[in-house]
Amino acid sequence: MSEAKEYKYVGTRRVRPDGYDKVTGRANYGADLALPGMIWGKILRSPHAHAKINGIDTGKAEAYPGVSAVVTFQDFPEKSKGNPSAQNILANAKALYHGHAIAAVAAKTEQIAQEALGLIEVDYEVLPPVMDLDTAMAEGATLINENLKTAGLPEPATESSNIAARQELKIGDIDAGFAEADVIVEREYSTPTVHQGYIEPHACTVRYDENGQSMVWCCTQGHFDVRASTANLLGMELGKLKVVASEIGGGFGGKTIIYLEPVALMLSKKSGNPVKIVMDRDEVFKASGPGAATKSWIKIGAKNDGTFTAMQAKLVFEAGAFPGSPVGPGTMTVFAPYDVKNAKVEGYDVLVNKPKVAAYRAPGAPQAEFASEMLINELADKLGMDMIDIRLKNAARQGTQALYGPKFNEIGLVECLEQCKASDHYQSAVSEGNGRGVAAGFWFNIGGVSSAVIHMNPDGTATLLEGSPDIGGSRASMQSMAAEELGIAPERIKPIVADTEMVAHNDTTGGSRTTFATGMAVIEAAQDVVRQFKERAASTWNVTPDQVEWSDGVARNTAGEGEMTCAEICASAGRTGGQITGRGNINARGAGPSFSVHIADVAVDTDTGKVDVVRYTASQDAGRAIHPSYVEGQIQGGSVQGIGWALNEEYIYNDDGLLENPGFLDYRIPLASDLPMIDPIIVEVPNPFHPYGVRGVGEANIIPPLATVATAVGNAIGRPMPDLPCSPPRVLKAIQEG
Amino acid sequence: MAVVIFSSELQKFTGEERIELAVSTYRNLVDGILNRYPDMPAKEITEKAVSIDGMIIQDPLLDPVAPDSEVHFLDRISGG
Repeated sequence: MSEAKEYKYVGTRRVRPDGYDKVTGRANYGADLALPGMIWGKILRSPHAHAKINGIDTGKAEAYPGVSAVVTFQDFPEKSKGNPSAQNILANAKALYHGHAIAAVAAKTEQIAQEALGLIEVDYEVLPPVMDLDTAMAEGATLINENLKTAGLPEPATESSNIAARQELKIGDIDAGFAEADVIVEREYSTPTVHQGYIEPHACTVRYDENGQSMVWCCTQGHFDVRASTANLLGMELGKLKVVASEIGGGFGGKTIIYLEPVALMLSKKSGNPVKIVMDRDEVFKASGPGAATKSWIKIGAKNDGTFTAMQAKLVFEAGAFPGSPVGPGTMTVFAPYDVKNAKVEGYDVLVNKPKVAAYRAPGAPQAEFASEMLINELADKLGMDMIDIRLKNAARQGTQALYGPKFNEIGLVECLEQCKASDHYQSAVSEGNGRGVAAGFWFNIGGVSSAVIHMNPDGTATLLEGSPDIGGSRASMQSMAAEELGIAPERIKPIVADTEMVAHNDTTGGSRTTFATGMAVIEAAQDVVRQFKERAASTWNVTPDQVEWSDGVARNTAGEGEMTCAEICASAGRTGGQITGRGNINARGAGPSFSVHIADVAVDTDTGKVDVVRYTASQDAGRAIHPSYVEGQIQGGSVQGIGWALNEEYIYNDDGLLENPGFLDYRIPLASDLPMIDPIIVEVPNPFHPYGVRGVGEANIIPPLATVATAVGNAIGRPMPDLPCSPPRVLKAIQEG
Repeated sequence: MAVVIFSSELQKFTGEERIELAVSTYRNLVDGILNRYPDMPAKEITEKAVSIDGMIIQDPLLDPVAPDSEVHFLDRISGG
């Protein structure tokens, strides 16, 4: 296994470069830009979960004083009207979920725009809502999309269905595996629709310019993809649309797609004014993409010594109103932490009358691995084994073939398990009446396309342009890696999230790719700068560049005498060939998988069913922690979101399919005062495909809390809790039924 | 020769789990597979990520394949 090297700046806890702006309120978020002549956009949303739209009359709204423009789906270019994204952004013939956008108004003030929405007349024909998986998959179910046929069946489907797709993964011989087992356990599980809970609502300010450069300012995890998607829907050339990513108040996958930007541009085009649209919290819950609700069935066979002989799953994911749930990664991850020779997983992607689901940290994995990890704990209990020991017995290691195909290279699951087992938390006794749970999680992490530019200034400071929005502290990580390569202090490097005109394309920030992939682009750009430093010094000394050594920010002449600092080279750069700029444009390969193992102790109030997490420990293999404080922050943040998913969070729809809790008072995310300190354990098993060993830490940490906490609750009350959330009513019911 | 291992989904088109191909790049590999299975739609592999000796590449084209490489195709992963 690779040894973690020591570095001068990588791995240190430095003050974040964006910290002052954020704590002083100077940072500019999605709603913070105002332009001369700007007007306000508002969206009319469906009051029904499922309804045919027989007509939309916008005449009165258009005539209302102060209104500048009104748009509907019909304003999209003809060639975009078949695009499901357009149909999600503005409903076409049917409203497909409560809150589906129907039309938009731009007016002089927000109040006028809001009043004008009330003047738009929509002729709805209300249809039965399809709100859950059983209803959607039932024979004769009301169809959400009458033209949808199930993909992935052995024979092409002939009938329309709400089941958009089926997929299957298998390895070995599942029947032989179960025949070999001494013990077999199986159970059904469910998880609810949940929201990412980012604090900042979606917002954008745009200016359409038919003669030149249009502009979008928005909060997003990927402004290059905002540009691509928006330009595609509106028939624009990429070069005529500039997208600027504002600071972002949370995303977690929910800001990887577009809702407002094309609408605002169409309003701006019609009105001739810049347009701002800001969602309120109600709209965020009703109309942005939540995490998918699921139902799962898991079956595991094992020998008496705990060795898994067979693992089987059926995973059914709600897609929302359009196909595309994360059931694919669910099927790939459900058993990924384990070395099992015989496994089979079926996955189904199913339409319901809810918003189209979006990514939520490690999309698909929390729901799938919740089910498998719960059953592993039940199996451990049945075999009388320790929850960590059964995982160590079956843990994936280097060379283990994953169900989804490849063999793992160096991975850190065993190290996470061992460090958790050795932790003070796990070595302590569980308090009387409390319950303890353990679970593991796996996420692939991804690479992809990243670009970075480093401009050296004449005083030896540097400006680092990267194209990945900073949603988790990536500027600090980029700064540290550039400093390590250049050999200058991080404080002398200014990292900037550049807009779409300033650097080449960057894939969206997500999948824990940024510190890995954009980090590699930054390293390449810094190495390009160092190459030029050596060339300039060589020219000055009349030697060849390979006779120049670069270390600690100083060029040294190995063929004679002489040293030149970075600042000296930069000061004379104009006279030695021009200013120095380094570039890194890569398609990053070799993302390193990350594993996470958590421990929770909970106390349950048996009178009310309220659960308190009293102690929580979370380990994760970071590969290499470029900035340990940020890694700990990611581990803690993902843990807290997973705890919320386990304990309280769920969309509550009434019988008409209307969302009843679209706000943080009724959709209860954990507060700091609800939780103990989340004790993070950073495990470092370097990724062999990254110069510093980075894996990525934004995803795997949200996976274990669901089963960790639900197992702990189950152990506290003496009954399994297979359905999330473990909210007070559900826990109380379980206690009473016990 | 490089070993290509097909998932159960791809075996619907290939009818076999494992083949060997004498190729040096991902592009050659795709050509070799499509020539061998002319009924398989190209997008079944060209729109997938590839793992070459455990190194996952989201959007490959010119990537090298060694004579003893093990290759798997898998769905492209996005993230949150």
